[in-house]
Amino acid sequence: MSRIGVFICWCGENIARTVDVDEVARLVAEFPGVRCAVNYKYMCSDPGQAIVRDKIVSERLDSVVIASCSPHMHLRTFRSAASLAGLNPYRVEMANIREHCSWVHPNRAQATAKAVQLIRLSVEKARRDHELEPIRVPVTRRALVIGGGVAGIQAALDIANSGYEVVMVERDPSIGGKMAGLSETFPTLDCSQCILTPRMVEVGQHPKIKLYSYSEVEAVSGYVGNFNVSIRQKARYVDIKKCTGCGECWNACPLKRNPSEFDYAMGMRPAIYVPFPQAVPARPVIDAKVCAKIIRNGCGLCLKKCKAEAINFHDQDKLVEEKVGAVVIATGYKLYNIGKVQDRPKLEGYGEYGYGKYKNVIDSLQFERLLSASGPTVGELKRPSDGAQPKSVVFLCCVGSRDNAKGLPYCSKICCMYTAKHAMLYKHKVHDGQAHVFYMDIRAGGKGYEEFVRRAIEQDGAQYYRGRVSKITEENGKLIVRGTDTLAGEPVTIEADMVVLANAMRPADGVEQLAQKFNVGYDEYGFLLESHPKLRPVETASAGVYICGACQAPKDIPESVAQASAAASKVLITFSASELTREPEIAKVNEDTCAACYTCLHACPYHAVEQAEVRTPRGVFVKRTARVNPGLCMGCGTCVSVCPSKSADLEGFTEQQIYSMVESLV
Amino acid sequence: MSQGALARPLSPLLALCQVYLRRELQALSVATAISASSDVIAEVESLAHTGIRDCYQCGKCTAGCPMAAGMDSGPTRLIRLLQLGQTEKALRAQGMWQCVSCQTCSTRCPKSVDCAGIMDALRQLSFERGVATPEQQHTVLFQKAFLANIRRNGRLNDLELIGEFKLTTFMRGRSIAFLLKDATLAPELMKRSKFHLVGEKARDRAVVARIFARCMDGSTL
Amino acid sequence: MNLAYYPGCALHGSSNDYEQSLRACLGTLDVELKEIDDWICCGATAAHSLNQKLAIALPARNLALAENKGFHEMLAPCPMCSMQLLKARKELGESEALRRSVSEIVELEVHGEVKVLNLIQLFESIGLDKLKAAVKVPLSALNAACYYGCLLTRPPEVVEFDDFEQPRSMEKILAALGGKTVDWNYRTECCGAGMTMASEQTVLDLSHKILTNAKQHGANCLVVACPMCHVNLDMKQPNIERHYGVKHAMPIYYLSDVVGLALGFTPEALGVNRHFVPGAASSADLQVSKPAAGLKAGATAKDAGAK
Repeated sequence: MSRIGVFICWCGENIARTVDVDEVARLVAEFPGVRCAVNYKYMCSDPGQAIVRDKIVSERLDSVVIASCSPHMHLRTFRSAASLAGLNPYRVEMANIREHCSWVHPNRAQATAKAVQLIRLSVEKARRDHELEPIRVPVTRRALVIGGGVAGIQAALDIANSGYEVVMVERDPSIGGKMAGLSETFPTLDCSQCILTPRMVEVGQHPKIKLYSYSEVEAVSGYVGNFNVSIRQKARYVDIKKCTGCGECWNACPLKRNPSEFDYAMGMRPAIYVPFPQAVPARPVIDAKVCAKIIRNGCGLCLKKCKAEAINFHDQDKLVEEKVGAVVIATGYKLYNIGKVQDRPKLEGYGEYGYGKYKNVIDSLQFERLLSASGPTVGELKRPSDGAQPKSVVFLCCVGSRDNAKGLPYCSKICCMYTAKHAMLYKHKVHDGQAHVFYMDIRAGGKGYEEFVRRAIEQDGAQYYRGRVSKITEENGKLIVRGTDTLAGEPVTIEADMVVLANAMRPADGVEQLAQKFNVGYDEYGFLLESHPKLRPVETASAGVYICGACQAPKDIPESVAQASAAASKVLITFSASELTREPEIAKVNEDTCAACYTCLHACPYHAVEQAEVRTPRGVFVKRTARVNPGLCMGCGTCVSVCPSKSADLEGFTEQQIYSMVESLV
Repeated sequence: MSQGALARPLSPLLALCQVYLRRELQALSVATAISASSDVIAEVESLAHTGIRDCYQCGKCTAGCPMAAGMDSGPTRLIRLLQLGQTEKALRAQGMWQCVSCQTCSTRCPKSVDCAGIMDALRQLSFERGVATPEQQHTVLFQKAFLANIRRNGRLNDLELIGEFKLTTFMRGRSIAFLLKDATLAPELMKRSKFHLVGEKARDRAVVARIFARCMDGSTL
Repeated sequence: MNLAYYPGCALHGSSNDYEQSLRACLGTLDVELKEIDDWICCGATAAHSLNQKLAIALPARNLALAENKGFHEMLAPCPMCSMQLLKARKELGESEALRRSVSEIVELEVHGEVKVLNLIQLFESIGLDKLKAAVKVPLSALNAACYYGCLLTRPPEVVEFDDFEQPRSMEKILAALGGKTVDWNYRTECCGAGMTMASEQTVLDLSHKILTNAKQHGANCLVVACPMCHVNLDMKQPNIERHYGVKHAMPIYYLSDVVGLALGFTPEALGVNRHFVPGAASSADLQVSKPAAGLKAGATAKDAGAK
């Protein structure tokens, strides 16, 4: 016979004003199996919890029903209270008579009647509750960091410096990401590579970081604490262990004029190349799409020159397996390339700006490379068409951003700041030059940011026009920029030597496929979804998988670094014990009755059902069965609903419980 | 709203009240302006099938407008006036009459605001209310004469149109120069067989007149 | 090909040279045009400026007139007309209530299903290879600036034709005819449209910029597919020259002119002699003089002997 205790909360006035709590207590006490029904002003308070604990002991209760607010609020509170009194925490039920009753029904009589019914349901459920134990899952205390930009580097260093091994996967030949290609960073105008390369070197040399460069994540299986990751190491055609980085090969390579990816086609590189001098690893890679040896068995000069015998034209992609317990995704961003055919039909492109048609219309990352001291023009500002020094440069903000008609509706956050920076750096290089900036608003919310933008205007003489540009054409080597200034209400036409477009920030290519491998959601733009936009910015819906940096949303370097450390801290929480506990309200298959049809396996959205075998203690095969992996199952109940033999059921929410709850109402 | 009633004070006391009211009304400026002119804004939005509030004043329309340099209020400013409820200023502006309807503004607008449609709506509403700016009367009179011509003939009669247009502008401005301008075009057109003394007419002109009557009766589609 | 023909007021008025040339060249290309019986003016600029209802109703009636005669396609060589017809067609297609209400106003059941083609689309429909095969006089002396004006490509969601920032459909036709075209910057800039009478200075300013830019980019003529643009650029060219003190001397051809000339018609047959700015007087003007066979251009008799 059940011994159920019902505890009805007034929640101050929130419940008691509408629901007659005394009447409810009186009626509920009549339910079969209910030993006591009490009401109190604030059940969740210390005295309230004390009442629950005392009653559990004095009435020898075997189940408890709390009729109060939503379980999202205080289920944990009451489970702890029950635990302290010696009652299994999974024998605690909550009837929501606030959000589902007093807060939505104004009529006192009706609300009271409904509260009684809600409690009736919970009592029925509680009657058939069983003791359950939390599930313990072992943790592999190694982390995977995907992406070797500043965010990935920060996360990897934080985790590695805490004593745990990190596997880092970067798809480019070198780590460093976009930040390695910038010239100077706002608001300090620090040389970007100077502040980043020490970190890059630290990653490259760290005893606890295993770097897979020029590699990508191929496949993932498993669950938090126990991920199996398959990594594809792409063929470099160079053995980086043998290679000494001497440079004989890339100096000898005759195919010198391939557009450099690192320089965003502002400069050239050979077929065998290191992307930039400070690369980590500082070892070359061969571009198989252009190498004469690979395509038609010609050349082979690099092979002859290499004293370390590190060149291997028979190299192939390799797949390696790594086991990790947590994953940090830090795949970064790319710029919206408005000159090319788009991956989405709506992003038609901006034919009016002439990007791709006029050589001197470039985007902001290309401009960074032209400014950079280690760039293709060695820090001298030379425009792409003829190498002349531009005396007037026009900067366009919001290209592709804040554009509902044929771009992306969101703000890319960093462009106002880097455009001010570009205007300043331009002036520092070309003292008699004039920068013109067309903007819609100035978004400069960070520390020292507003002052930085004012410096560009007041000290470095950048001319700011509030308005967008309608069209850019080229006449006699000059770019005719037709814009406006809405503050004066005048059209503005400028003859420029060069135009720099602040294109929108988008997530890096391939992020959607990667997200699907990890069951991480993404929005319509491809930005990865955080668990909660305010309170959980680095966690995802997938336990053990964290995100940081620009892959989550447009942001600048300090924010990326902060989020990276945040993600690292979440990983460290995951690693803080050798075991993880999970809630036991998950599915379970009755292996006696299971027919191994595996409908549940195919229906499970979390891939939590496995094919298993039942064997005798001596190992003789008896039958096949479905088995739920307690580490992966999220308790959604899909398998329960599709199982034809009713072998699958949910612990803590069995079919029996549901049927009896429904019957109790009818 | 019958303004005639307000304009006839019954007594000096009432007159004083009116003066006081007018001053109070002026002091309320923008807030009142928006609510009082909300019917004009609603009409513009309904005629143009577009939302005035969508415009975030980026200025791209003005930047691409071939006529903006000469306009008193370019398209950005006209929309801003509407957003602020300054509909009187907008209806009396020159800008929309200088507009050549090239559609560049609407094509490039990042918020898909039909700016060209708003120019059409402003033209229609200022025309119907009789407040079209005096400075652009040539354009207003030309469009009016054009419509009158089609209504009469079903198709455009060049010579009749030019005649009516020149006459009405002369009656307004007494400019002989404008009247006689383009007179030398006549022989040039004649020798190229482009001069039609009597233009074409549609057979069923009555239906055209009926269509006009139904469209210009003040109701909306 | 059999389609309905909507000339519009301009092609029967001061731009009847446009009708002359298109009737001539379409005749040899197996295109039969049936003028819509008792068509009415589409409303042009005046209707959409002064009354939105009229701007839909007037073109709607013409759509119905074509449909009632069983036509599935109609040619509207004037982009003002074709744009207004397409706009009416689109709006009626999006609202059944509007369609019914407009049908009542125009006293005809309007379905808005007949397709509306501009002249460029008609040539594309005929087929560029068919056009190329029919060329008798390749236009090798032509270095044309193809001028689209406003309403062939805008508003893009109404006319849905060509790239509205960088259109190339006319250039492709010129190439099939053996002509060269220039890359220039005023392809889709307005010429002043219907302001010719009401505000002539607007037309002079805007059209002057177009002619200047075409010349700056090496064009020796303009090719247009709009009667309004033609008037502003051709008939008003003497006024432009007088006002700005420049000599443009830029012939303005209709697209049907260049097609007709390539097909072997004389300029008179096409009405080219009726333009204000003289164009080609004969087919010799259209071709660069060819050197004798066996010698490269610029070779001397000595070279010929040495061979």
